[in-house]
This record gives sequence, C-alpha cells and structure tokens, in this order.
Amino acid sequence: MKKNTDSQSLLSLYRTMRLIRTAESSLIKLFADSEIPGFIHLSIGQEAVAAGVMSALEERDTVATNHRGHGHVIARGMDIDLFFKELMGKDGGICRGRGGSMHVADRSKGILGANGIVGAGIPVALGSALAHSVRGTGGVAAVFFGDGAMAEGVLHESLNMAALWKLPILFVCENNGWSEFSPTSEQFVAALGDLGRAFGIPHVLVDGNNVDDVAMAAQELAGQARTGGPRILECKTHRIRGHFEGDSQKYRNAEELTAADGLDPLRCARALIEQRGVAAAVMDGIDAEVEAQVAASVLAGRADRQPDFAQAFADVYTATAAQG
Amino acid sequence: MAEIRYMEAINRALQDGMAADESVIVMGEDVARAGGSFKATRGLLDKFGARRVIDTPISESTIVSAAVGAAMTGLKPVVEIMFMDFVTLAMDAMVNQAAKARFMFGGQFNVPMVLRTPHGGGLNAGPQHSQCLEAWFAHVPGLKVVCPSNPQDAYSLLRAAIDDPDPVVFIEHKAMYGKRGEFDATVVAPIGKASIVRPGRDVTIVTYGSTVHTALQVAKQLEAENIDIEVIDLRSLQPWDEATVYESVTRTHRVVVVHEAVKSYGCGAEIAASITENVFYELDAPVMRVGSPFMPVPFATSLEAQYVIKPADIADAVRAAMAGGRQ
Ligand SMILES: Cc1ncc(C[n+]2csc(CCOP(=O)(O)OP(=O)(O)O)c2C)c(N)n1
Repeated sequence: MKKNTDSQSLLSLYRTMRLIRTAESSLIKLFADSEIPGFIHLSIGQEAVAAGVMSALEERDTVATNHRGHGHVIARGMDIDLFFKELMGKDGGICRGRGGSMHVADRSKGILGANGIVGAGIPVALGSALAHSVRGTGGVAAVFFGDGAMAEGVLHESLNMAALWKLPILFVCENNGWSEFSPTSEQFVAALGDLGRAFGIPHVLVDGNNVDDVAMAAQELAGQARTGGPRILECKTHRIRGHFEGDSQKYRNAEELTAADGLDPLRCARALIEQRGVAAAVMDGIDAEVEAQVAASVLAGRADRQPDFAQAFADVYTATAAQG
Repeated sequence: MAEIRYMEAINRALQDGMAADESVIVMGEDVARAGGSFKATRGLLDKFGARRVIDTPISESTIVSAAVGAAMTGLKPVVEIMFMDFVTLAMDAMVNQAAKARFMFGGQFNVPMVLRTPHGGGLNAGPQHSQCLEAWFAHVPGLKVVCPSNPQDAYSLLRAAIDDPDPVVFIEHKAMYGKRGEFDATVVAPIGKASIVRPGRDVTIVTYGSTVHTALQVAKQLEAENIDIEVIDLRSLQPWDEATVYESVTRTHRVVVVHEAVKSYGCGAEIAASITENVFYELDAPVMRVGSPFMPVPFATSLEAQYVIKPADIADAVRAAMAGGRQ
C-alpha cells in the first residue's frame, strides 16, 4: 500500500467534496422553490467516493454514472454553470436542457452520462472499456453504481465479460445500504466481494466516508485496471438525505440518521487535515471561495433562456446530407 | 453483374465496411470463430482479427449496451442478435440507451451502431425464433429501421447503416439468406428511400422484406385479370419514404399494405393511417392491409403453412381494393 495522501492533495480532495456539497445544498433550496423541475437525487454524505475516485482518473478515461451522479460529474470537472443550467432545464445546459439531473453527460470530460435506469451505466461503461482496449487509447472506463444495482442482471453479465476480456474497467459500488426505500439486505443475498471472487475480479472494500482511503484505493485499482483487467472498488457510505428531495424518510429510524451525520465525509476530512497541522482558516477560505462560485452559477442558471422546441425536435437524429 | 446470395451480400458489406473504416467492429454470439449462426460473418475473423471480430457470451442485454458505450467512445459496432426474438433482452439498450443518447445529451454524442438480426418464419423455428418485431423499434424516436428484400439492397443498406451516425436496426429474413440476386458493390441505397420494384397502373402494394416477393408473384398472376399492380419495396421503415408512396397512390388510387408481421398495431397500420391523413381524396377504396394473424408463430408445418401470408391473401385484398373495398 502507498503511504497516505499528502496534505496538498488532501486539500484538493476537500475542495472537490466541498464543491459537491455546496452545489447540492443549493439544489435543496432551488428544488423547494420549484426552480428545478422534475426530481433530483442528492449525493450528500457520499462526496468522498466521487472525489476520491476521480482523483485517480486521467483525462483520456471515461466515466458512466447513475441517477445519483451529481457528485461524480462535478468531481470529474464538469463546468458548474453548465451543470446548473442543465438541472434548471435551460438552453445553455450541458445537454441543452434535454436530460436534466439524471442524464448529465459531458463529452469533453469523457462523461458518458448519468443514467435513469438502475444498473444500465454498467454495460455502457463496459463497452467504453472495450473501445479503449480495441483502439489502444490506454484509457480506463470507471462506472459508479449503487448497491441496489447488484441485483440487476447486467452487472453480472458485465463482470463476466470484463473478466473474460480483461478490460480496463473500474467498477465502483457506492454501498449506502439503501435501494430507494428498502434496505438492500432485504433485496440481495450475496456480497459484492463474493461476486468478484466468482468472476476472478479483485475487490477492495473501503470506508467510503474517508476520502483518503477512497483515493488511495482508487489510485491503486485504476492503475491496475489500466493494464491488468477489471477491478472492483466497494465504498461503504451513507446517504444523508432521502432517496430523492422531498422524501420524508419515514422508513429510516432516528438513530441511523444521526449516525450518518457523524460519518459526514467532509467533517472527517477536515479533522484529518487539521491533524496534519493545516489551519482551519485554510479550509474556511476554500469554503468561502466555493460558496461564491456556486452562487454565481445559480445566477447564471437563472439568467439563461428556455430551450427551443424546434431545435430539440431537429436533434432526434443526426442531420446528414446522405439522407432521403 | 454478378449473382450473389443474400447472406453473402451481408458478409460482403461487413467486409467492405470493416476495410473502409477501422473503427468498425463486429460482435455477437458465435460471430467470430463459428462465422455466425447463419454464416453471415464467415471469414471476418481471419481477415480482421479477434480485436475487431468478437465472440461474446450469451448476454444480449450487455452486448447491445456495450455497443452503445463503444459507439460513444469512438467505435462503430455492428452487433448480431442471433434471432430477432432475443431483442427482448436488449430492449433497455436499444430503447433507453442507444435511441436517446444523442438527443438527451444535447447532441454531444452520436451512437453509430448497427443491430443486425433476422426475423420471420417459414423454417418451422417455432414461436420464439420466428417473430417480426420491427414495429417495436420503428416506434422509438432515435432509432432507424431497415429491412432489405434482396441481396443488392442487403449490401447497399448495410453499408449505409454502418456509415450512419445514428443507431440502426438492420433486419434480415432468415428464410431469404440463400436467395440469389444481382449485385454491384457501387450501387447506393440511402436509408429512407423506397424502390418501385414493379411499376403499375391500378393498385399500389406497399411492402418490405420477404413479402415483396409474394407481392410480385401476385402482380404477375393478376395480369390475367387485367389488374396492373405497382409494387413498392419500402426498404426503410423508419424513416419510411412517404413521398414515393403518396405519389404512387395519386396515380393508382388504390393501396394494399402487406407485411409478414402480425397485422394488429404493425407498421402497416402506420402506413395506412398516414395515407388516409395525407392523400385521402386520391383514394377510390379504403386502404387494405394484409398481415399475419394475431397469434404466435406456430411450429407444425401444417400450422405454419396456414399462418404465413399466401399469394391468395394478397390477391383477395387487391380484388377487394378494385371493388372499392368490398370483400
Ligand atoms: C431499472 C430500474 N428499476 C427501478 C428504478 C427506480 N429506482 C431508482 S433509484 C432506485 C434505487 C437504487 O438504489 P441504489 O442502486 O442502491 O442507489 P442509491 O439510490 O442508493 O444511490 C430505484 C429502485 C429505476 N430507475 N430503474
């Protein structure tokens, strides 16, 4: 195992997590005020997984994510203005207001999209890993999925194919114990480590609330996956908010919610960084900077115009000269 | 011009497509070493190697989704699904992933993939190996659907499908694989263009795939009754060539739409409805439809023989159209 992440890198991970937290916290209010249409699934409490894994990826790599993907795309470096505009359904959004929260994608960052179908990003990432391998790009495909996706057949099919073909893919499971309103323990009988063993894929389980642990494991595994075939990183984490915004969470008890609060990855990271002798003021400075950045993006989102229907309609197919 | 079999035409299109563009890969069950269940991919492995001709496990859902991810990462995958009946397992991949990616990501990505699959009965393959499910795909915005009826179109349309930036469902007919026809590698058949395979004056038959041949047979037969039939082979079902069909209707004033898929909710319903919406006043008779009965494709030879569309079924519909719709 490598030695612990240095303080500078930890601060950079902290900044990424803070950006996700601040962006999503502002979404809470925007959603309550009906400035965000539809519904959103927040990743508050799970920021360490996004920040840690993305710190292990290179520019040429590709990423697929799921319905709870805000953190992943922000950590990957998606422009925050374009992110807010998309969630607000505006023309300047990263997907021109056609996808919304569950379908953000950014070609320039290798983000193949969030996905509204549980588990569906997994085989898409597998195909991307296949393309890396066939084209010899040297890239890795990383895919994020929740523990609920473990029961979907495509995961099992994808593990098999990835191992069979030794594809450069990093499977990242964010195990928060919940699949919507039901505990995953009541839905899935096996463990991801056992699945890994069944398919001969190395599996590492980490504390997903500790960004240092996630980053180190991700760096190790992504490096291995690049040349050595598939790897699984399972991150035990906590979903602090409901399944979606507005979920009253009657199905969870008070103790669990309080416990989740104590495991807050941002609090953990701050403590760790302070232990290293970095002044709290440094992090306060980061917090303030990020706060201002997000506030500006919200304003940019509000100021943007609504998408044009005719333009959207013309974009169902690629315009080609050869047609007709 | 040389004669070639339908299956060889597909093979040639794959070869030429792969030679022309090295981002084209072929994947599916038994496509590489075995050369495909129907031998359409024979020889590709030797020519292009295991990196580009890939045998997959029996995992339709993941094969097709992987094609989407590969297409988004710079490849042009051509996937073979052994029988069209098995696309049920890959519906999320086609309907939610392939079809929508371009649109919902704001045009950032194209999904240049082809799903090749054989439909149709006639081989006593039974209820799970004989269906014609093209209407499912034609109903989904973002997908293109083509269905060639002869070797030339099979070649030309597959080349067009491989070059197309959008996902294309390429439907073959398993009973037509051995069918011979003329072939010229330079002939172009753009997606969305029908062909008038037999000009005629009195009735237009609009059809595609294997029933093109049944329709031609009927046209020949009914010459004896002084009925001059025009046969249009649609070739593409999504988009379909409305202009050619309407123009024909304004000349013949009578239409029969024919397909092997079950009649209810089939592609024929869409075509018939569009004709009445757009050229109703040109019609001298209701638009007639001929399709298979609303039942699973039966196995026994005697049952399947009654199930399949016979020339007499089409001839009856044509005569009814001539009589102003009275059967
Ligand atoms: C195929 C499919 N089935 C059901 C749903 C509805 N759904 C959305 S999220 C979810 C739970 C997913 O749980 P998990 O994968 O653990 O992710 P988490 O929400 O905990 O982050 C369900 C059932 C869906 N979107 N797609």
